[in-house]
Amino acid sequence: MDVSMTVNGKEVSADVEPRTLLTDFVRNNLGLTGTNIGCDTSQCGSCTVHMDGMAVKSCTVLAVQADGSDITTIEGLASNGQLHPMQQAFWDAHGLQCGFCTPGMIMASVKIADGNPGITDEDVRHGLEGNFCRCTGYENIIKAVKMGAAAMGGQS
Amino acid sequence: MSRYMGTSVKRVEDPRFLQGRAKYVANLSLPGMAYIAVKRSPLAHATIRGIDTSQAEALDGVIGVFTGQNLLDGGASFACGALPCGFTPPDIVTPAHNPVAVDKVRHVGDAVAVVVAESPYIAEDALDLIDVDLDPLPAVVDARGAMDDGAPLVHDEAPNNLSYHWPLGDEEATNQALADADHVIELEFINQRLIANAMEPRACVAEWDEATESMTVWTTTQNPHTIRLLLGAFTLGIPEQKIRVIAPDVGGGFGSKIFHYPEEVITPWVARAIKRPAKWVATRSESYVTDAQGRDHVTRAKIGVTNDGMITGLHVTTWANNGAYLSTFAPLIPTALYITLLSGVYKIPHIFGQTYGTLTNTVPVDAYRGAGRPEASYLLETMVDLAARKLDMDPVELRRKNLIPSDEFPYQTPVALVYDSGNYQALFDRAEDLSGYEALRNEQESARSEGRLVGIGFASCIEASGPAPSAVAVGLGAAIGLFESGTIRVHPTGKVTVLTGSHSHGQGHETTFAQIVADEFGIDIEDVDIVHGDTDRIPYGVGTYGSRSAAIGGSALVKSAEKIREKLKKIAAHQLEASVDDMVYDQDEGTISVAGSPEAVKTFAELAFALTTADNLPEGMEPGLEETTFYDPANFTFPASAHVAKVEIDAKTGEVDLQSYAAVDDVGNVINPMIVEGQILGGIAQGVGQALWEHGIYDEDGQLLSGSMLSYAIPRADGFPSIAVDRIETPSPHNPLGVKGAGEMGTIAATAAVSSAVLDALAPLGITHMNMPLTPEKIQRAIAAAGNGGGE
Repeated sequence: MDVSMTVNGKEVSADVEPRTLLTDFVRNNLGLTGTNIGCDTSQCGSCTVHMDGMAVKSCTVLAVQADGSDITTIEGLASNGQLHPMQQAFWDAHGLQCGFCTPGMIMASVKIADGNPGITDEDVRHGLEGNFCRCTGYENIIKAVKMGAAAMGGQS
Repeated sequence: MSRYMGTSVKRVEDPRFLQGRAKYVANLSLPGMAYIAVKRSPLAHATIRGIDTSQAEALDGVIGVFTGQNLLDGGASFACGALPCGFTPPDIVTPAHNPVAVDKVRHVGDAVAVVVAESPYIAEDALDLIDVDLDPLPAVVDARGAMDDGAPLVHDEAPNNLSYHWPLGDEEATNQALADADHVIELEFINQRLIANAMEPRACVAEWDEATESMTVWTTTQNPHTIRLLLGAFTLGIPEQKIRVIAPDVGGGFGSKIFHYPEEVITPWVARAIKRPAKWVATRSESYVTDAQGRDHVTRAKIGVTNDGMITGLHVTTWANNGAYLSTFAPLIPTALYITLLSGVYKIPHIFGQTYGTLTNTVPVDAYRGAGRPEASYLLETMVDLAARKLDMDPVELRRKNLIPSDEFPYQTPVALVYDSGNYQALFDRAEDLSGYEALRNEQESARSEGRLVGIGFASCIEASGPAPSAVAVGLGAAIGLFESGTIRVHPTGKVTVLTGSHSHGQGHETTFAQIVADEFGIDIEDVDIVHGDTDRIPYGVGTYGSRSAAIGGSALVKSAEKIREKLKKIAAHQLEASVDDMVYDQDEGTISVAGSPEAVKTFAELAFALTTADNLPEGMEPGLEETTFYDPANFTFPASAHVAKVEIDAKTGEVDLQSYAAVDDVGNVINPMIVEGQILGGIAQGVGQALWEHGIYDEDGQLLSGSMLSYAIPRADGFPSIAVDRIETPSPHNPLGVKGAGEMGTIAATAAVSSAVLDALAPLGITHMNMPLTPEKIQRAIAAAGNGGGE
């Protein structure tokens, strides 16, 4: 089937099998391997991307479902060579170790922080329930998201 | 003095991870690449009667289907060998582990056939078309039950499913010490099976070069040189010098990526067979039934105490589940990394411990974060708590009475180890202070008077980190020495490339090792690049596990830097026409000058260039500026910890609310406080996970019931309070950096601290012990049973 969508601001289209997952589409068809696959049951959140302004786990979306949509992956978050404030905050707060969950964690965090510059610990912990990290114990991720949210000032 | 050591330098490796540019194995794509999927046994124990691959082979897009027999039939230079065991104490039985099962399957997930196809989707489709005729056999899953008469045999060559028996200590003296004690407390308990769940599933890519008959293997490993050694010597039939193993960015390991796995044999074998690059990436479901798992002990322990709270002796018998095959280091974990740790931070006059290592129809068990040491700490701290309760003594008071005094280091324990340094009294002082221990106890008292279940747990633990002096390790049964290599290559412009045999998969070596080297020379950290994870670039490596990288890999770099500084001094002396003995290396400035004549000076970069032009060197000096050190430590290092947890339990639901957690650790000198704290925090989360949530549960048929992230309770962000972390520093005298291991301490202490807190909360109900994980269901049942007049 033919699919067309905007990914990181660029129009893309391809002929894919109907069963192709969005996560495989961005990784294999577009070569955007920053979106990682950590599980096969939609628990871990490593594959989180933005689809029409929502954070979605791209392993639960078929590429054909994303037809006509606007997708942002981790590769599209920085602009003009500047890290997004949430990326910068993860760096500053040591919010990552092995880095595998990090793209999904950051994509989810951007949406949690959107419109919520003074986000609380509790809101972050609740908001990231669907994103697993095995390295950090989350402590520094919570710090990072709060710093990132403040730096974003309510804007995504 | 130093500009980088001891400071929280932000991680230099982070930008690629933050922007989705990391090079994980699964991201690798090579021209003409084929995709591998593995058909796995749905049964825990069965005879393979036949495998029909014809339908799968007929599927459009399938390149080939291979069985275990095909992998063995390749002839001397093209057959897969069995996966070896790298730790073999005396009299061990080591049954063969073929990469793909041949006549029998022995655990759910055992490989039975391999599909190679043009796409991952087609390979998966083909798996469903393979018809495997299995004749079910009864299974055995329990660590101790495996030794029962009449239990199903996992391997015919291991009677009673016993692989090894490992005793240590003086049993007679220990029994006498227990007989002489005023009180002996006995407990039988389970340390449950855990699953590492590194976020990156394992993966392997291989490329065969027909022209040079050489193989490149990209794999998710913590120790690429060890994998190359095993591929060359045992499993692949290709000479070691013709194999290059690359472990690029690796997404967490926690022990589970130390071992040599079947897919690391299958993938290069396929690449050579089909003469195309081949790729295998585990699904998470496969990870659950193929990644080596952790813990799984049944233990019977006895501790003796006097009326005034002095420990007289400890007697331990453990049955350790090794799973269906002996994984690479499996027998090491519940023996030399467990029994030897049973003295903890205490002076215990007599200790005897023994382990029966058994085989069962479950996924192999090997090192998982802490690896033997959390099991020892949990045992000891649980027994000490029970002793305190028996004597109606505050558990911290009893612990303090038995601490090894700070002036008794080096301290020889009754179980082989000699502790390097420590100040456990200071550690306790800081932990009581940080946690507000006294206030917590007062709060508990008033909560109890209101009928609320509030508990405080205290755990004080030791770790033997940085394995190990090679002579000791090999003497105990290790097949390889446990040193580390470190090369420093100074380029003509004074920029530096560092080649380390340690491997970073989240630990931040690209930053901490650069801090070490920059300070050794007095140069900018931006001028130092750390290279790891490639057997063609790094002379040799032992790898990263057992919290060994800073102490051993870091020390190798210090030694190489010392050699380079000595060479630089000689050339500076020659060019400044002074005596080498008068040369002063200023590590702040990166300069060498003549003592008393600061105007006679050469910079690091000038001297590096001089060794490149090589036209004005001391007589006999070789040009070039590169040094390698193979550093073998004199001893383990012994970090210690005191952690305090507070919980409140909802008596109706049994739910545990972890309300506060304070951790004080002594990991010796600290290179980067931010990274060390990150390691401690992450370790704590895994320790709390074992205490409260995580459990690899097998039913009696050997089916893994918690075999996905849906059913295995991985700690989530909402499970923790904010955690307070602090430290004291008693440097290790055994390495030039004075560092001790920091990677596993959090896990080692947290399991014991949180379990202790929960049991403390339930103490007023007469509940003395519960096996982990301490889930709401279990606690609720225990509370109900206690209400009916009895604990669990």
